[in-house]
Amino acid sequence: MGWLSRSHSKEKTSEKKIPEVQEVERKVRIPEGLWIKCHLCRQIVYRKEVEKAGKVCPKCNYHFPITIDERIAQLADPDSFVEFAGNIEPLDPLKFTDSMRYPERVRLAQKKTGLTEALRIGVCRINGRMAVLGVFSFGFMGGSMGSVVGEKVVRAAERALELKIPLILVTASGGARMQEGIFSLMQMARTSAAISRLHENAVPFFSVLTDPTFGGVSASFAMLGDVILAEPRSLIGFAGPRVIEQTIKQQLPEGFQRAEFLLSHGFLDMVVERGKLRETLSLLICHFRQSGTSRCHSEGDPEGEAPVRD
Amino acid sequence: METHSKTEKTGNPIWENVVIARAQDRPTALDYTQRLFTNFVELHGDRGFRDDPSIVSGIAGFEDRTVAVIGHQKGKSFKDRVSRNFGMPHPEGYRKALRIMRLAERFKMPIVTFIDTPGAFPGIEAEERGQIEAVARNIMEMFQIKVPIISFVIGEGGSGGALAIGVGDRVYMLENSIYSVISPEACAAILWEDAGRAPEAAQSLNITASDLLRLKIVDGMVEEPPGGVQKDFSVVVSRIKLILSRDFEILSRKSVEELLSERYEKFRKMGPYKEGTTKTT
Repeated sequence: MGWLSRSHSKEKTSEKKIPEVQEVERKVRIPEGLWIKCHLCRQIVYRKEVEKAGKVCPKCNYHFPITIDERIAQLADPDSFVEFAGNIEPLDPLKFTDSMRYPERVRLAQKKTGLTEALRIGVCRINGRMAVLGVFSFGFMGGSMGSVVGEKVVRAAERALELKIPLILVTASGGARMQEGIFSLMQMARTSAAISRLHENAVPFFSVLTDPTFGGVSASFAMLGDVILAEPRSLIGFAGPRVIEQTIKQQLPEGFQRAEFLLSHGFLDMVVERGKLRETLSLLICHFRQSGTSRCHSEGDPEGEAPVRD
Repeated sequence: METHSKTEKTGNPIWENVVIARAQDRPTALDYTQRLFTNFVELHGDRGFRDDPSIVSGIAGFEDRTVAVIGHQKGKSFKDRVSRNFGMPHPEGYRKALRIMRLAERFKMPIVTFIDTPGAFPGIEAEERGQIEAVARNIMEMFQIKVPIISFVIGEGGSGGALAIGVGDRVYMLENSIYSVISPEACAAILWEDAGRAPEAAQSLNITASDLLRLKIVDGMVEEPPGGVQKDFSVVVSRIKLILSRDFEILSRKSVEELLSERYEKFRKMGPYKEGTTKTT
């Protein structure tokens, strides 16, 4: 379906001149320099100031894309993230070939990103409290969900269930991975089934949607959080804006499919700025824990549990 | 989203398959309902917003049971097809389907679903009313429904919009039906910026009933007469009757725990990957 046109045509379209901000945002690479230009407000801003704010523009609050490592560093306590299932890699069940064989495309993405797949999962602490954390990389084939990403979401959920700790998934994805055909569609079923088990066992799942989250990811586990959060201005939807425009032959309204749009239509619990995300998640983890006797503080938590190694 | 495909012959057998799967004279969910069941009572509405005619639902008799029936409905005449939005549901269609599934669960009726959609509708209102939430919720809650679910892909199985009524204990495909994560046209548009190369994309995507049977995504294939089901609907109807009769019997003997854990495991296995040096399928 159409969401894929966003993710996979990204590199091609970025060559062309497209006036829409959302298209330009995708390829933001903060250059090595003292100053950078914000892609939303187009102002020249001091790079260090952007970095200090977690890659957020100090002038207009535009959230630059960040890597998995940066995200983990922002959310998890220092050195607390212990990755698991890091060695699962895709096969090529359909022998899918377009201009390039699928395994080559995967290798290229691995080389470019230094990742094995579009999702990393691990156990970590957030303000001393344990959680299973999974973070998507949009840079790895558009964050698309094939069998490996699906498997990792399932394993993350199963680990959360086993340890009775919350699951947090931070998404950035164009949707299903076309090159795995029907298998990628079935990941919507597998991942949703795994979340269903968390629901039944009252293990909290906090879904954090970032720019962009579409298709097979948004229409499955990502919308099934007990609490659903999103970063400001994130594009979130079922079909990509271009597909909708082509279908209805109409221009889309201002702000369509932005996080704020979803919030006002009742599909998100909150829009949270990047700088407040850790604190918000920490508070949620505290509120949702089973034996909540002491009051929750957003800052720090003295009574942490023992560390768990994989 | 391309709802109408080119019908010219391409010499590509898979593309001819796609054309048959989408053919306007192919029987619809309501046709199957009329022929397979007795005393069908159609039930309408999601109780929240409106009745979405892209999905039909209701209760009916099959042998000595009452079953719940849910299906995408593409429509017959042009006017009918337009009013049914060519079988592309809005969120309220999926919410209606879920309401009927919960109703079936309460009254212990097994569920039969007929899949035939280009996909969930990509439009402004669909997004505003939460297409992603509706599809996601249906897929998840189908894993919780405590009665047997049997699904048939009768024409086009278009991505998440198909799966949203397709999490079955048994899933079958009609011989000429297709089931895919993306339409061949959209896939070709992405790969080659040329929707005209859809036949090639169709080949790469492995979307036919025999492909999906080989990939162990579906449990069986219902044979069609040469030229397609419309050439001899009765023979296909009787084949489906046999399947339903047998599966209701098998599935109704299972405890709820067995049924749900087998449903979970069935889908849990779908997706090959390699781990370290071992391969899993």
